[in-house]
Amino acid sequence: MNQCEFLEPATLEEALTLLHKLGGSARVLAGGTDLVVMVREKRTAPRYVMNLGNIQTLRGICFDEARGLVIKPLTTIRHIELSPDVPGEYDIIRQAARELADPAIRNMATIGGNICNAAPSADMVPPLIALAASAKLVSISGERTVPVEELFTGPYTTTISDGELLVEVMVPPPSVHTAGIYLKHHTRGPKGLGSVGVALALTKIPNKRSVSAARIVLSAVSPTPMRAKGAESTLINGPITRHVIKRAASMASDETHPRDSFRGSSAYKKILVKNLVEDGLSRVFHIIKAMN
Amino acid sequence: MKHCMELTVNGHTHELFVDPLKSLASVLREDLGLTSVKVGCNSGNCGSCTVLMDGKAVKSCITLALQAKGKEITTIEGLAADGRLHPIQQAFIDHFAVQCGFCIPGMILAAKALLDEDPDADEDRVRKGLSGNLCRCTGYVKIVEAILAAKDGIKSQKE
Repeated sequence: MNQCEFLEPATLEEALTLLHKLGGSARVLAGGTDLVVMVREKRTAPRYVMNLGNIQTLRGICFDEARGLVIKPLTTIRHIELSPDVPGEYDIIRQAARELADPAIRNMATIGGNICNAAPSADMVPPLIALAASAKLVSISGERTVPVEELFTGPYTTTISDGELLVEVMVPPPSVHTAGIYLKHHTRGPKGLGSVGVALALTKIPNKRSVSAARIVLSAVSPTPMRAKGAESTLINGPITRHVIKRAASMASDETHPRDSFRGSSAYKKILVKNLVEDGLSRVFHIIKAMN
Repeated sequence: MKHCMELTVNGHTHELFVDPLKSLASVLREDLGLTSVKVGCNSGNCGSCTVLMDGKAVKSCITLALQAKGKEITTIEGLAADGRLHPIQQAFIDHFAVQCGFCIPGMILAAKALLDEDPDADEDRVRKGLSGNLCRCTGYVKIVEAILAAKDGIKSQKE
């Protein structure tokens, strides 16, 4: 095997100092479910692998009324899937966790890894964007907070610099009248390849059958997770009808320009977007109709 | 540079020198001779490498050996107790769930983790719980049947 040094900082400060020194020659190890695959497939041959697994302060979920849900990056997808610390308002995050790969992968995969690996098909990202989540990044020179939506610049590419680590994902408290859903298509059933993903979040206007805010976030149809903003705008303020839902779904599909890939042809993915958005909107409207 | 590490497998602790990028699967197979751990796809998809780490199913082919420091690893060699097969192993035999056998160690360990976490899993939850373990022979019918049958065996073992 190539020369590779394995580093195990005990604290965040130690990790940041190492990253500052080593820069792009170091790859960060969280769960390893993406990194180790990349190493095996020879897509990366890191000189240094820095294991964050000993830094306990990078794990955990907590919720408070002021900040909302705060998830640390090394929290496993399985923990998010099963944890009672994820309140009901954030259920689309749990739904996405349930769809990610399989239980054995979810036992090691982390939310930080899923975000920072920045696959166009990343499961945890669309619900985070739908709920307007932000990411706290730190380096030895300081920290910054960025909306998760603004992190991605291309496939497997983020604005996170070599010296930075993601240390928190913060999801603000959704308004009381918000409901959402995460739907994922798999080719050939639950054991099949992950394909298009759709996260929806809608906020109802109290005492009315219309919506004040809508987010439709799509994965695996573009270089980065994308919002179907045209479709979103057709849902705002007007009455909710079958026709409005179908129109929004068609528009969302029209806004995508997916490429042909092993996850499906362009035409197939566009049909999936239309069907998943229509199905998702119907289900979410059904939930919020029952709210006051 | 090789790292010295302690690896606890099936109740025994071993001191090993491992290359940082070496997988847990490779170390179990090559350093410890536990060849029940299969390497099929070597990319975390097929599940034939599934082992238990602190009781939870993981894909050992994409887990670095160094990630298993301080953890308890269970392979199928460690499942039988006092010479008696685990109820899941017995159920696989009784229900003819094994054909070529390649997926079986991983499948049984995944099933054990599944039933430990969800002792009353129904067929749907069993199938979802096994979504990380592929079988090219059986079509899963007898495997699922065996696991559902094993639930009672496990419960009576606990009583």
